[in-house]
Order: sequence, then structure tokens, then C-alpha cells
Amino acid sequence: MTALPGSVGADSNRFDNVLKGGSDLEGRPEYPRFLWCGDACLVTEFGDTIDPLINSMVKGLELKIRGLGLPWLVETVPTYRSLAVYVDPWDTRREEVELTVISLAREAEAKSMPSAAIAEIPVCYGGNFGPDLERVSIHTGLGPDVIIRLHSSKLYRIYMMGFTPGFPYLGGMDPRLETPRLEDPRTLIPAGSVGIAGKQTGIYPIPSPGGWNIIGRTPLVLFDPARPSPFLLEAGMEIRFVPVPEERFEEILSGKGA
Amino acid sequence: MSVEVISPGMLSTVQDLGRYGFQAFGMPVAGALDRYSLMAGNLVVGNDLRAAGLEITISGPELLFRSERLVCITGGDLSPKINDRDVPVWQGLMLREGDVLSFGGARNRGSRSWICIGGGIDTPPVMGSRSTYLRGGLGGCDGRRLKRGDILPLGAPDNFSRRGEGFIVPHELRQNYIGRPVIRVIPGPQEALIAPEGVECFYSSSYRVGPDSDRMGYRLQGPVIRHKESPDMISDAVPWGAIQVPGNGLPIIMMADCQTTGGYPKIAGVINADLGLLSMMLPGDYLSFRRCAVTEAADASRALKGDLERIRVLLADHRSRPKDHSREIPADDGAMLLKFGGETFDVTWRII
Repeated sequence: MTALPGSVGADSNRFDNVLKGGSDLEGRPEYPRFLWCGDACLVTEFGDTIDPLINSMVKGLELKIRGLGLPWLVETVPTYRSLAVYVDPWDTRREEVELTVISLAREAEAKSMPSAAIAEIPVCYGGNFGPDLERVSIHTGLGPDVIIRLHSSKLYRIYMMGFTPGFPYLGGMDPRLETPRLEDPRTLIPAGSVGIAGKQTGIYPIPSPGGWNIIGRTPLVLFDPARPSPFLLEAGMEIRFVPVPEERFEEILSGKGA
Repeated sequence: MSVEVISPGMLSTVQDLGRYGFQAFGMPVAGALDRYSLMAGNLVVGNDLRAAGLEITISGPELLFRSERLVCITGGDLSPKINDRDVPVWQGLMLREGDVLSFGGARNRGSRSWICIGGGIDTPPVMGSRSTYLRGGLGGCDGRRLKRGDILPLGAPDNFSRRGEGFIVPHELRQNYIGRPVIRVIPGPQEALIAPEGVECFYSSSYRVGPDSDRMGYRLQGPVIRHKESPDMISDAVPWGAIQVPGNGLPIIMMADCQTTGGYPKIAGVINADLGLLSMMLPGDYLSFRRCAVTEAADASRALKGDLERIRVLLADHRSRPKDHSREIPADDGAMLLKFGGETFDVTWRII
């Protein structure tokens, strides 16, 4: 086990008994690892690859920590392979933070992983909503219908959210759809745009500039700060894109059914 | 119950202690770049510590007060004036209806100040906070910097707010501007991705705050830090204070409006207690870094918390000094401070 850089116990062996408690991550005894990032954020790493199993361990630890009503906990940020635990910087119980996270991380591995919720995202592919469908078609040598079928037949895991508020980092795109970014990024991409960049696919939650190949648009509003739950998606969910005809866009947008 | 913006200054925004609970969705925390200064100012004017104030940058705004309010300006010294008369920072100042608060600008005594007003700025909270997140265009005054003609609504001040008039925060309890600070950092989670000579370079060099530094991040200029191999890593969480080293080897200190996740190695993380020092630095200022342990960081946070408590005690003493408060006490209800056995008590009453 690597010592925590800057850890409360970095220069003693105080944590050895805790850390040797037997890892369930077979063949990877160096994980989980615990690393401070500044003095108010403790990161638990479960691996160094993008892998659904590792990502569900992250989510599993997050659920455990959130359920405890810990007084020093501010919030948690799950990412591909690690969980960041933000603590109240004015609360000085750092040793308790370390001990709690370390013991929970060990349990998180042993427990079964939470099953992911599945969200269906209606998408109008091509046309005005997907100006780069043709570009993807030329690059991949696949017809637009095949691209739409391949893109909408997969279940995508939301590994994490970031970049802009509500942006999901998705994993699991069919490798045949891989297309490089635009050489000349657009200055404004409308909210809801669904794009492909290299091996990745994603949805723009708010209007922003960007160089992704836009193949369609969803009428769903991914982020609305005025809603009681401002975000539609969260890390750990799985999503499926459902092709819908262009006429349905306004209908769904105005809330007449999804 | 409002303040009118006659001119906005270079960059003035409504900020409170930040928007927490949504970083998992990619929402930056925003908030005052120096939480201590905002909290101390709020204390002086009798506000909840979480009340919103104005964060002002380099050249301050010109504000017309349409109601009488106690004001405290904390952080750096941007040469504040009331009706063109110089007034001090870190002091309880009474502004009457029609008074104008303006600023002469930064004179090497810090780049930012926080204006705390009795009752706080009462713009509508968005996702639990009044902080302005500029890039996302939300919070504060329509999600943007102040502009000419904005009317800032104010909350109702605390009964005792005005008694903070003339209260001076002692020098040792202020967040003072230092030209060449040594910033304490915890070694970062990806220090191992940086070449050993790169790490050595980081801790032994002086860096300069670059001109393109803002609320998202401070881009530093100075010796280039080499990575061991590739600067790429799997993106993970980026807290405020994290120091990233991108491909060009020049460190960036992530600030309150930074992205919540990022893919550059983090060589170190600034401790919470030293973020305030950073907040007041000017482009061109030099800084250097010193390693510290989490225990030292916690001690530093504890000390800052103690400083706030000291201000609270001194303020209570100031407020209890004999003054003519008669005009504050209406016939049917009232409030006063009583000193009794070395303790100070807030007493309010109402005829029922």
C-alpha cells in the first residue's frame, strides 16, 4: 500500500493494519489507493483503467459514504476510476476522514455493485439536428441508417460528469463509429446535441462551442437550474439513444410525451 | 432596500460561499475567492456568514446606496471612497441613503476586495447559492458581471448591524496582501507522473502569475516542469487549489470557477488556509511553494477559524460600548447588548 502523500499518518505506520485488510481487487494489490488532493479532498482510486467494474466500485463507495450522514462530508465526485470525497475545510478531523474512507473503500469492493438505472434518450438523427452525420458517414464508410442503428443499439455507461454542467462522459461506443473531431470547431453547438469525437460519444447539455461531429439532437433538457432536480443524468446510470422522427422533436420538447 | 450600480468596475460579481452539492454533475463551486474575507466582512455588518457580498477586481465599482446600510470592505485595498472621501478597509462604515461608494483602484495592496452590506445582497439563489458562475451564466445578477444600471436588492439588516459602525478589524486578524507569498501545498495525487527533477523545480522556483489568470485558474509563468512520460491521464476530480501541469509544463492553479474534472496531472494542492493569499495576487506577482502535511493544513484552518471567533468577540465588545442608541429602539420592541460578568448578551424584547 502506498502511503498517502501528505497524510496524517504518512510518517508513521499507523494505517498499516487498516490497509493490509485484504483487497478483493484480484491481482492488483496496489488498489484501492488513497490520495489527498489538497487538504479538503481525499481521492480513492480503484484502478487506472476505464472499466465498468472499477467504475461501479467508485459508485458503490459513493453510495456508502453518502448514506452515513457524516458531519464533515461536503460532497462526493465519482469519476472513471476514482471517488473524490470533499470534506469541510474548516473541520479539522482529517484522521477520522482517512479512517472512515479507508474502511468503507475496503467494504465497497466486497459488496455487490449497484445495478445501473437506464435512461432512454430520444434523438432526432441527421438533418438540421445532425449536420455531421454525412461527415461521419464519409469517414466510416457506413450509410447514415447503419450509423443510426449502431449508435442507438448500444447501452452506454455514464462514467462521470464534467467538462460543463451536466455533460456525461459515456463509454461503450461501437468502434466502427470512431471519427476524428472537426478541424475547425463550431462556435456554438445547441443544447441537446449528440456528437462523436474520436472513440467517444456524448451530449451537450448547454449551448457551447465545440469540435464534436454532431449527428443528432435530443429534445430532452439535460440541465435546467430552475428544476428541483436540475440534472437529468448522473454518473453510474446507463443510457440508450432512441431514434425519433423530426416531427416528434417539438412535441417532446413541449412535454407532450417522451 | 437596494444599491444602484453607477459603474461596474473591471469585474464585479455577486458571490457567497459557493454552490456545493453539484460538483458530481460538473457544476463548479464558484463563490468568493477568499472565503475568510467574505465571512469576516459579513460578521462586521451583522450578517449570516453565508450572506452574499460583492467581489470586486482591480478597479472597483461606483455604487449608489438607496438605503442606509452598514458596509465593510475586506480583502485587498482598492482605495475605497464614500462621496469622494477616502475611507479605510476592514472597518464598519455607515452609508446613508444617497451616499456613493467608489474606488480609486488597486495600488499594489491586493487585486480583489469583498464588499459586505448589512442584510446581504438578496438576488435570487440558484441551486442553493447566490454566487455568480460566469461561464455557466447563472447565479448572482443574471449570471453575469455587474453592469451600469443594475439594481442590487438588499436583505433586511440585523437589529445590531449599525452598532458595528467604527469597528476596526485588527491588522493581525485581516487577510493581508503579500507580494511574494510562499504558498503551502499538499503533494498532489499525480506527483508520481512528474519527473523527479520537475518536482524539485516546482518547489525550488519562483513563479509569476500570468496575465490570463482569472476566477477559473491562475496560469503561472516560470521554469518548465517535465513529466516522466506522457502528461495524459484518466480524467478525475479537480478541486479548487489543485495545481495541474499540462503538456507545456507550466503549472495552472485551479480556482473557484474551475472545471470539476480534468485530465492533467496534479503535482500539488494548495491548502485551504492559503487560498485567500492567492485570491489577492495581481498578474505579475511572484509566488513559490512549500510542501506541508495535512495536519499542518488542518492547524492552519483551525487558526483561521479562531481568527473569525476573535473578530466576533471584539465586535460584540465594540457593539456594547455606551452610545446613544435611542433612535434604534421603537416603543413596542427593542434590542440591546448587556455586559454582565464579563459576558456580553444580545437582548431583544417585544410587547405582546
